[in-house]
Amino acid sequence: MTFWNDPINLISEWLRGIFMGWGMAANLAMVITNIIGIFVIILFAMAIAIFLVWVERKVVARFQDRLGPNRIGPFGLFQPFADIVKLIIKEDITPEGADKLIFNMAPVISLASVILIWAVVPLASQIYGVDINVAVLYLVAAGAFGTLSVIMAGWSSNNKYALIGAFRMVATMISYEIPMVVALLIPTIIAGTMSLKEISNAQNGIWFAFLSPLGLLLFVISAIAELGRSPFDLNEAESEIVAGFHIEYTGMKFGLFYAGELLHAFTFGGFMAVFFFGGYGGFFGLEKLAAFSWLSNPFIQMVVFLIKALIGYWVIMWIKYSMPRIRIDHMLAFNWKFLTPLAFVLLMMTALLDKLLAPTNFYVSGMFISNLLFAWIVIEILRSRSKQERAHDIEHAEPVELAAHH
Amino acid sequence: MQGQWLYIGLFLIIGIIVPIIPLLASRFLAPHKPNPIKQSTYECGIETVGESWVQFKSQYYIFALVFLVFDVETVFLFPWAITLGKLTIFAVIEGIIFILILLAGLSFAWRKGMLEWA
Amino acid sequence: MTPDQVIFILCAAVIVVTAIMVVTSPNLIHAALWLIATLFGVAILYALLQAGFLALVQVVIYIGAIAILFIFAVMLTRREMRDKGPQLNKNWALAAILAVLTFGGLFYILSGWSGFSGKAAEIPAGMDTLRNLGFALVSPDAYLLPFEVASILLLAALIGAIYIASASKK
Repeated sequence: MTFWNDPINLISEWLRGIFMGWGMAANLAMVITNIIGIFVIILFAMAIAIFLVWVERKVVARFQDRLGPNRIGPFGLFQPFADIVKLIIKEDITPEGADKLIFNMAPVISLASVILIWAVVPLASQIYGVDINVAVLYLVAAGAFGTLSVIMAGWSSNNKYALIGAFRMVATMISYEIPMVVALLIPTIIAGTMSLKEISNAQNGIWFAFLSPLGLLLFVISAIAELGRSPFDLNEAESEIVAGFHIEYTGMKFGLFYAGELLHAFTFGGFMAVFFFGGYGGFFGLEKLAAFSWLSNPFIQMVVFLIKALIGYWVIMWIKYSMPRIRIDHMLAFNWKFLTPLAFVLLMMTALLDKLLAPTNFYVSGMFISNLLFAWIVIEILRSRSKQERAHDIEHAEPVELAAHH
Repeated sequence: MQGQWLYIGLFLIIGIIVPIIPLLASRFLAPHKPNPIKQSTYECGIETVGESWVQFKSQYYIFALVFLVFDVETVFLFPWAITLGKLTIFAVIEGIIFILILLAGLSFAWRKGMLEWA
Repeated sequence: MTPDQVIFILCAAVIVVTAIMVVTSPNLIHAALWLIATLFGVAILYALLQAGFLALVQVVIYIGAIAILFIFAVMLTRREMRDKGPQLNKNWALAAILAVLTFGGLFYILSGWSGFSGKAAEIPAGMDTLRNLGFALVSPDAYLLPFEVASILLLAALIGAIYIASASKK
């Protein structure tokens, strides 16, 4: 167990040795070592959040054909620090009639619900918080706290627009949770376990993105809706309800909401990496070759994971800055009438095929082709329905009086 | 396994404390001069009209109900999904029947027009 | 006192206090939020019992769905959300007597239980409780029938709710 191969365990053993050398009980030493480890993970997550502020502003600028921040530091890299200082020294205004305790708690719970997820995300095969065997359900539970914080924020602001924004956001978040959980069930079925580390390890042969591309698509769509990002950002419809549920939040509280949203998006990019693109490894068995054994190094694995997560985050941003917003009734109809039945039928099909094809040689090709077939069938159904609707509309169109006749 | 949940409990506590630190910094470093105009409710820069309560559209409640039923269903599916590799084909069919019964419920709600409008 | 016992006592105290706050809080939304704290306390108890899956199910279903439903219901039916109507109705004395009697009865029954003096059975090392649950849910000689009946129960709940909602929509 050298530093190069197994850094976290080595450091924690060393720290525990130090604490026990000072005469602490073994349990207490373990708890304190855990606390130090937790601080490291949380500070790492916050550092990523700060970096993401810069990434977001530069990328949106490039999408809109402009430069973005480039004054503070090289390429504007120190812009987030300027933002943080600005937000801290802004006055904290609590609107009249607001419910003070809930008003103050909401941003904290919103950011905490995102940070909690980082306890189980495996950055490398040896670098992670805990490896609980119910990690997928843990992700859903952390999302539940996010939903709660939105309602708390919207209600306690004593503001019509905040309330409308909060209702819409919560309706969107809970509706799209169903396809998202079903899309997460698909890698769970294929890997046979809920632990994120095991799911990453199970993709050593082939990435789940090739076994279930429809599952990946389903996850990306529902994840973007869960995040409240465009095209599902009814909550922050700037042209409609000016920042939705966090209208009345000023200064650092708004900063917490904003950082939480960015970190949440990056975390979902991380999920795309873990569930569908092999997590920290999974180069189709390449690392078993002697020439590529450096790929099994925890630090290299961490870099690989972060790169994959950044690519996922970039895809989410790409979609955000390219698409117009969807209306709330279209959004909910899309979920309950299209995505949810699609998700469940895909789940049934995956379960059946996983069982039937597992012992044969056709597992990979069978799953992949069945997904493509299913996608083609769905597209055909949609096309015939839209043809019917168009014919119906043409039949029932009424001529409109363009100008009054005298 | 006990140690793992203790870790998560500690993570929760520290995860709540860490976001509070910037808020505390803000409390010490930011000016604090409340006056009634600053604290009035924001309504796009004009005076607020009426009380700050809107008629809650009842359709949201129906969506929350349907979500609840499907949430319970997906939670039931988790143990089934994990053990799928070692089950017989009969057990897989049983899970599929479970899903189909609830898809029938969704189509009932759809036909009744309960999924219309936002 | 083992750390487990300390955490249990803290947790139990939190649950009892927040439960009392639920029923005595004049503002309904506050009551719903206290309820969320109570449910979270119960989830911690499940985690203490090494039932991690159940703890997370408690958070996902109760806090993530049912509490949200409660809050929606309160917002839907209360015109003024800072409802400050009278807290007690005229039968409060009778209700208090019944509550004390029920508590006394439960106390009497539980005081004779032998489980308080021994330790609970340890989960055998290496037993994967989640996998056993998965097998049990679909084995015909275990819990298959309740599993399918549960789906029928959920279907009935869904149909009932839709029926009532559609009746009132017209």
